Amino acid sequence: MIKEASVNQRTEPHPVQLGQSYWVKFQSLIALFILCVAISLVSDKFLTVANGWNVLRQISVNICLSVGMTLVVLTAGIDLSVGSVLALCGAITAGLLKNGIEWPAQNIYIGFTILGAVLIGLLVGAALGGFNGWIITKFNVPPFVATLSMLTIARGLTMLWTKGFPISGLGDTFLYLGTGWFLGIPVPVWVSLIVVVFAVLMTSKTRLGRYIYAIGGNENASRLSGIKVNYVKILVYTIAGGLAALGGLLVTSRLDSAQPNAGISYELDSIAAVVIGGTSLSGGRGSILGTVQGAVIIGVLNNGLVLLDVSPFWQQVVKGIVILLAVIIDKSNSKND
Amino acid sequence: MLIAQNITKRFSGVTALDGVNLSLPLGQVTAIVGENGAGKSTLMNVLSGVYQDYEGELIWKGETVRFANPKEAQEAGICIIHQELNLIPYLSITENIFLGRELTNSLGLLDQAKMKKRTGELLERLQLKVSPDTLISELKVGQQQIVEIAKALLWDSEVIIMDEPTSAISDREVEVLFSVIEDLRRANKAVAYISHKLAELFRMADRFVVLRDGRTVDSGDMQDMTNDLFIRKMVGRDVQVNRRIGTDTCFEKLLQVEGISLLNGRATVLHDISFEVGKGEVVGIFGLMGAGRTELLEAIFGLHNGNVRGHLSMNNEPVKIKTPSDAIQAGMALVPEDRKKNGLVLGMDIAGNMSLTTLEALESYGLLDDQSEQALARHYIKELNIKTSSAQQKAKNLSGGNQQKIVLGKWLATKPQLLLLDEPTRGIDIHAKSEIYKLILQLAAEGLGIVVVSSEIPEILALSDRILVLAEGKLTAEFPAYDVTEDEILKAAIPQSV
Repeated sequence: MIKEASVNQRTEPHPVQLGQSYWVKFQSLIALFILCVAISLVSDKFLTVANGWNVLRQISVNICLSVGMTLVVLTAGIDLSVGSVLALCGAITAGLLKNGIEWPAQNIYIGFTILGAVLIGLLVGAALGGFNGWIITKFNVPPFVATLSMLTIARGLTMLWTKGFPISGLGDTFLYLGTGWFLGIPVPVWVSLIVVVFAVLMTSKTRLGRYIYAIGGNENASRLSGIKVNYVKILVYTIAGGLAALGGLLVTSRLDSAQPNAGISYELDSIAAVVIGGTSLSGGRGSILGTVQGAVIIGVLNNGLVLLDVSPFWQQVVKGIVILLAVIIDKSNSKND
Repeated sequence: MLIAQNITKRFSGVTALDGVNLSLPLGQVTAIVGENGAGKSTLMNVLSGVYQDYEGELIWKGETVRFANPKEAQEAGICIIHQELNLIPYLSITENIFLGRELTNSLGLLDQAKMKKRTGELLERLQLKVSPDTLISELKVGQQQIVEIAKALLWDSEVIIMDEPTSAISDREVEVLFSVIEDLRRANKAVAYISHKLAELFRMADRFVVLRDGRTVDSGDMQDMTNDLFIRKMVGRDVQVNRRIGTDTCFEKLLQVEGISLLNGRATVLHDISFEVGKGEVVGIFGLMGAGRTELLEAIFGLHNGNVRGHLSMNNEPVKIKTPSDAIQAGMALVPEDRKKNGLVLGMDIAGNMSLTTLEALESYGLLDDQSEQALARHYIKELNIKTSSAQQKAKNLSGGNQQKIVLGKWLATKPQLLLLDEPTRGIDIHAKSEIYKLILQLAAEGLGIVVVSSEIPEILALSDRILVLAEGKLTAEFPAYDVTEDEILKAAIPQSV
C-alpha cells in the first residue's frame, strides 16, 4: 500500500516535502553551527584562529580513521581494529626510524629512510586490513568478529614490537608530518583534506564507489549483477587499514613518540563520527562528507568541553548523549523518506 | 458479515482509496481483484487494523468498529495473511505459529508439548510433511506460505484475508490450500481472496469485488463473470494475451547445455540436464515447486560454482562459467525470481540500478560519466515504459511491474545474447504482465535466445516456442509449444517417485 501511495505522489509532487528534505540535508551543519555559537558565547578562547587550527589538527587523525570506517560501514561491515592497527603501524614506523632492523647474530643492520619507514608502516596497515577482508570473505566470518580479533592481535603485536615502552625521539624531519605547516595550514590538516577529497571522489564518481553502495544496499543483487563482491570488500578493508596506518603516522609524529597504548578506543570515536554523519550501520546509505561533519562535531564538542573546563568524565557522558541524539534524529528522518 | 462503508484512505494528501464499499459475508469466499496499485492491499490493511486513520466505517457483527492495531483486529476475529511473509527464520514452525500467544503451563513456563502437538495437527491438515521443530529458514518459500496459513488457522478467525496466497506455492500446495478454504467456507467463515490468477478465482470464489484506481468498480456473483469481463473491468480496456502461434522454424544454435548436474551436500538438485536454446527462440521451462527450475538457471549463470557438473557452450564455443561476471562476459543475463532480494538495490535510484551491470562502459578517465548514466536510464525508462517521474526515483518507491522493468532494463543494457528469466511476471499486474510478454517476444524476434522459467502454464504457453518440463531435478519432457495441452505439461511435471 505504501507502494501505491508513492506511485501517486509522483504525479502530484509536494513542495512541502521538498523543503523538509532540504533542511534534513543540512541539519548536521546547522547543529554544528549552533554548537559553535553556543561555545563561543561562553568561552572567548573558542572562536580564535589558533583554536580553529588546533581543533582541525586534533580531528585529522579521526578523519583518516572515519573515512576508512565509512567505506567499510557502507558495505554493511564494521572495522573494530583501526585503533590497534594505528598503534602498530605508528610503532613500526617509529621503530624502523629509530632503531632500524638488527640481527646481531648475523651482524646485519638495516637502516631506514623516513620515506622507507613511512611506506612500510602504511603497507603493514593495508596488509592487516586486507587480511581482515580476506578472513571475512573467504571464511564468511562476521566483520565484527574478524576485526575484533584483529584488534587484539594488532595490540599484542604492538606490545611485542615496542616491548611495552614508547619509542621516542624520531628526528625533526619526521615531526613535520604531525606538527609542521604548509602554506599557512597545518600539515595533518592537509593530509586529512587530501584523504577526504579522494574519498569523496571515489565514492561519488567511480565504479568502486558505486559498487560499495550497491553491496551495502543488496549484496545478492550486486553479486548477480556481476560485481566481484569479495574483491570489493577486501579492497575496502585494505583501504581502511591503510588509512588507520596513516592516522598512526600522524599521531606518532605529533607526539614525537609511538606509544604502545596509542589509539585505544579510537575505533569507537570513528564509528561515532560515521553514525553522527548519517551513515546507516546496515549499509548502502551515507556519505563521506556526512562523516566529516560528524568528526568535526565530535572534535568541536571535545574542544569546547575542554575550554569550558568540564571534567573528562562528564565529557564522555555528553559525547554519548550526542551520539544517541544524532541516531534518533537520523532514524526519524529515514522513516519520513 | 464484515462491511466496509465508504472507506477513504489518504497518504499525505494522496488518495489511495476513494469511497470503497465492500462486504464479506460469512460462509462465502469473496474475490478481490484489481491491478497492482488499485488499492487492494490498502483496503485489506484497513480491514485488518494496520491503518487506523481512514474515513468511512467498518461494521462487524452489527457494530461500528475501529481497530487500533492488527492484534485488536485478530482478537475480534479478523486475520490477514500477507503477501510478504512475516516469519522469523531462526525460530521453529511451532515457535512462529505461537509467537505472541504462547501456551503456558501452571508454572508459567512454556507448554512446549502442547504447542508442538497443535502445530503438528495443523501441519497435517495442511499436508505439510515436516516436523513442527523445523526452522523456518530450512523451508522453501512455498512451505513458508503454508506455515503462514497455519498461523491464521490457529487464531480460529472468522474473517480470513489472503493476499496472493498462491504466488509462491506449487500446484499441489494450491490444491491443499483450496481444500482448506473449502473447509473454512463450510465452517461459515468469511474469506477474502486476492489473486491475479483469475482461474483460481473462478474455482474458489462465490462473489467478487473489482477495484480500480481506489474505487469499487463492480461487485456481484462470480457466476455472472468471465475471464474477459474481469480483465476489461480491471484495466478499463481490453487486454489479450494470445497463445503464441506455432512456429516450426529452425533456430541457429546459441546455448548448449550438456549434462548439467547440481549437488547440494548429498542431495542431487539437478540431474544430468541437457538442452539447447536457439537464437531468437523462447524456451519455456515448467516445473512444480522444488523441481529445480530456479537452480537450473542459477547453475547456468555461475551461482553454484563448485557444485555443478556438466558443460556449457555459447555459439558452439565451450564456455567456463564460475561466477556471474563470467556469465555476463559470455553474453548471458539472469532476471531473478525474487526481484527485491536478488534483483534490485531498493535504496538506490533507478539510474543507479540500471547502470550497475554496465558501469565499466560508463567510465571516462576512471570517473563515472553522470550524463551517460542518466541517458542510459532515460533510454530504458522510455523503451520499457517505466512509470516514474524521473530516473532519480528510488527503486523501492515503484510498483512491482515497474521494478521488474528496471531489472529487465539493467540486463538489456548489457546487450545480452541469452536472457534467462525466472518467473518474469510474479506478483505484477495484468497490464504490466502483458507489456513484459510483448517485450519478451519482441526481444526474441530481434534474435535473443530466451529461457523463461514459470510456474504458470498459461504463461509458458503464451511465450514459448518449445517447452521443457522439470520434475525432481530431472528433465522429464520436451514439447513443441504449438502442439501440447496443459494436461500433458502438468502430467510430465508431477513427480513419479513417492
